[in-house]
Amino acid sequence: MTQTPVTTLQIDQLAPQYSEWRRARDSLVKARFPILALIILGLLVFLTIFGPAIAPKDPNRQTLVDRLLAPLQPNTQGQVIYVLGSDVMGRDVLSRIIYGARVSLLVGLAAVMIGGALGTSLGVIAGYFGGYIDDIIMRIADIQLAFPFILLTIMVLVVLGPGVLNLVVVLGVAQWVTYARIARGQTISVRAKEYVEAARSMGASHLEIVVRAILPNIVSPLIVIASFNVASVILSEATLSYLGLGVPEDVPTWGKILAESRDQLLAGKWWLAVFPGVAIMLTVLSLNILGDWLRDFLDPRLRGNR
Amino acid sequence: MMPSIGQIETIHMGKYILRRVLQSFIVILGVTLLSFLTIHLSGDPTYLFVSERASEQEIIETRAKLGFDRPLPEQYLTFLGKLVQGDFGNSLRSRKPAIELVLERLPATLELTFCAMIFSITLALPIGIISAIRRGTPVDGGVMLLAMFGQSMPSFWLGIMLLLFVGLQLRWLPISGHEPILSVMLEGNVGGAITALPEAIRYLILPSITIGVFSLSRNARLIRSSMLEVLNQDYIVTARSKGLNQRGVIFKHALKNAMLPVVTLLGLEFGFLLSGVVVTETVFSWPGVGRLVFNAITQRDIPVVQAAVVTFSFMFVLLNLLVDILYVQLDPRIRLS
Repeated sequence: MTQTPVTTLQIDQLAPQYSEWRRARDSLVKARFPILALIILGLLVFLTIFGPAIAPKDPNRQTLVDRLLAPLQPNTQGQVIYVLGSDVMGRDVLSRIIYGARVSLLVGLAAVMIGGALGTSLGVIAGYFGGYIDDIIMRIADIQLAFPFILLTIMVLVVLGPGVLNLVVVLGVAQWVTYARIARGQTISVRAKEYVEAARSMGASHLEIVVRAILPNIVSPLIVIASFNVASVILSEATLSYLGLGVPEDVPTWGKILAESRDQLLAGKWWLAVFPGVAIMLTVLSLNILGDWLRDFLDPRLRGNR
Repeated sequence: MMPSIGQIETIHMGKYILRRVLQSFIVILGVTLLSFLTIHLSGDPTYLFVSERASEQEIIETRAKLGFDRPLPEQYLTFLGKLVQGDFGNSLRSRKPAIELVLERLPATLELTFCAMIFSITLALPIGIISAIRRGTPVDGGVMLLAMFGQSMPSFWLGIMLLLFVGLQLRWLPISGHEPILSVMLEGNVGGAITALPEAIRYLILPSITIGVFSLSRNARLIRSSMLEVLNQDYIVTARSKGLNQRGVIFKHALKNAMLPVVTLLGLEFGFLLSGVVVTETVFSWPGVGRLVFNAITQRDIPVVQAAVVTFSFMFVLLNLLVDILYVQLDPRIRLS
């Protein structure tokens, strides 16, 4: 009785561990744009971690003699300090944008994690058990979809007041429906597969079946959705900040810099409006490009709207 | 006697519509429940309705007056009862009924949303089709890259850029202002509305582009991919092999089928555009519901925010119902499934 599980051993030997990574690398190099996107996102992560060390000035430091300097315009002492200009309170726009990267990225990731975890759990439960549980969960999803999402978040944030935690939770909860719908559909499609039946016949519990047999097989589309979703959450965060509903007063965000540019537009202070918008666009564009590539790479069948 | 196929279809159709109406009703009930509960998220909603300097006495009076001391289910029923009569309470600032403020500004918002929709659909259609026909060419690549950019910009930022460069720099178009058409028409003055139209359009162009570009980009991509899918279908290949020319294939066969996914999205589209309205109206000082909501946000004027959110959601649900009913007329496969 010394039989070893021969089959798994053989499969492992036939398919070396790094092949998947190599395939990813080759596909990335071939596609070019995703590489660029990855570089931009890498830079963003770098800024998020090392922002305080890199930023030329304290983002909230007001130097009133240096108000509203154009990019690269020397201040009264004849020094060029403000590479991207300064705002109405004499704060450095570049430093504010660097700090803003933190908020965008962290809010984007945290909200998607909350929404993804919540939505995937509910979707798998709905798809796995079916019946009235399914009905209830999906009806709630319909109701939430019927609410134009940004209005719902606006209302909740007006009631709760601004704050990073509030923002993350509200944006996160608002995302669950997307994940729930996909997770449910995928779960239904794998529920009857042989390997799930096999796990069940071997006496696996519901939790074991879901975690071991179902989740690994439905995760690809969820990852694809998540990367697009981070992009759209960052857009929403910018919108809410612009409306004055995001994070507290002393936290610089891209949306908030744009909101502050509002009174300066007629005076032609373009740099306050242009740079933070470019930062948002590059970030979101990179995430969208990466999402497109991930979709093609992980699951070519999803290649719907290319 | 056996019912004819036509009769069966009519029965199915009626059942389908009935089911959708019922669903919409449940959704609307859910929407009201959600907007009711939101107010209670902060614990005691009374504090949302009094000023920060309110005395203890004032707070207790307000709580009793607004019924926040009653049990929640009872409060919800009262809320529903008032809502049916369009009563969301008075604005905390202007003391006018909140719903009145919203309805006053609704025509301006609808004008804008409608124009944005026209802009996005009429351009998305030719762009998507050309891209699909010229698949893989630089034209296709360039258009799709632009669409990618269009989907990656915050719409209000695009608005700011248009305002800065087209409005202030080039001085081609006004950067704020509004010439009412819809409200004039509703008053019965159709002639007045028509004479006001050219001026109104000048004001509408920039905000409509601002709201519409995101949808335009998404729709163009969607139409392209659904067109590509249709062009590979057997019936298209058959039509081609029978000697039908390119134009015939596109317009007689492909377009009709490629439009289906777009029609489904129309309802959602409208809700989506409505959401974009809030922030775009702020950029262009458009006197609509969006700017009303923005001002209400900054003043924490809860009844106005609530009235606007519920009104928008109602419109959204009704429109989706309408679109779904129209959709089964277009695609009979759904009716019988």
